[in-house]
Amino acid sequence: MTLISLGFFLCISLASAVDFKASSPAVTQLRQNMKQRHSQLIPFYDSGAVGLTRDGLIVLRDSNTVPLSGRQSVNILVTAENQDRNALYREIALANNHPEWESDIRSTFAQRWIKWARPGWWYQQENGSWQKK
Amino acid sequence: MTNRNSNLVLLVAAGFVVTACVTINIYFPAAAAEKVADKIIDEVWQADDEAGGREQPREKSGNDTRNNKIDNKPDEVRP
Repeated sequence: MTLISLGFFLCISLASAVDFKASSPAVTQLRQNMKQRHSQLIPFYDSGAVGLTRDGLIVLRDSNTVPLSGRQSVNILVTAENQDRNALYREIALANNHPEWESDIRSTFAQRWIKWARPGWWYQQENGSWQKK
Repeated sequence: MTNRNSNLVLLVAAGFVVTACVTINIYFPAAAAEKVADKIIDEVWQADDEAGGREQPREKSGNDTRNNKIDNKPDEVRP
């Protein structure tokens, strides 16, 4: 009986110790990069040129709203942001010692980016179609 | 004989407990991950709010002092 009690106690201790980490030097660096880049992306989210995808990335969905001269810089911004987002999901999974969680982390972020998006921004629905918030 | 049986029961019970612990550890902690995602999104999109924009994520722990600062802003800077 003592053994079972000890077992349950251990189990409860382990369960409460299961937390979700998001701190590693790589994650901190990525957060910093994305924070700095965000102010440059806002006008494109506002105009609908750039939208939030269902897989936690961003995409240039309507290049017609961007002047020809600015398209290259938007593309560079979007590519850099997606590289950082992909790395962020991977690094958080690694910080938790569960690389296999990467896709779960990605889908969690995908939902939360959309949830906190400003009204007027475009996002991709589960079925792939685009919706204005 | 009875003693041997009770030992067996104990062993099986201990086995269940250990299995339960392992199971708990391999499941993706969705709720905790959401909280972490909200915190990161809040930080990354903070520049947005400083520019006079988006509503902040609210579902966060009370020790985040940035919310206090934001809440003290005059209302007219927010849409």
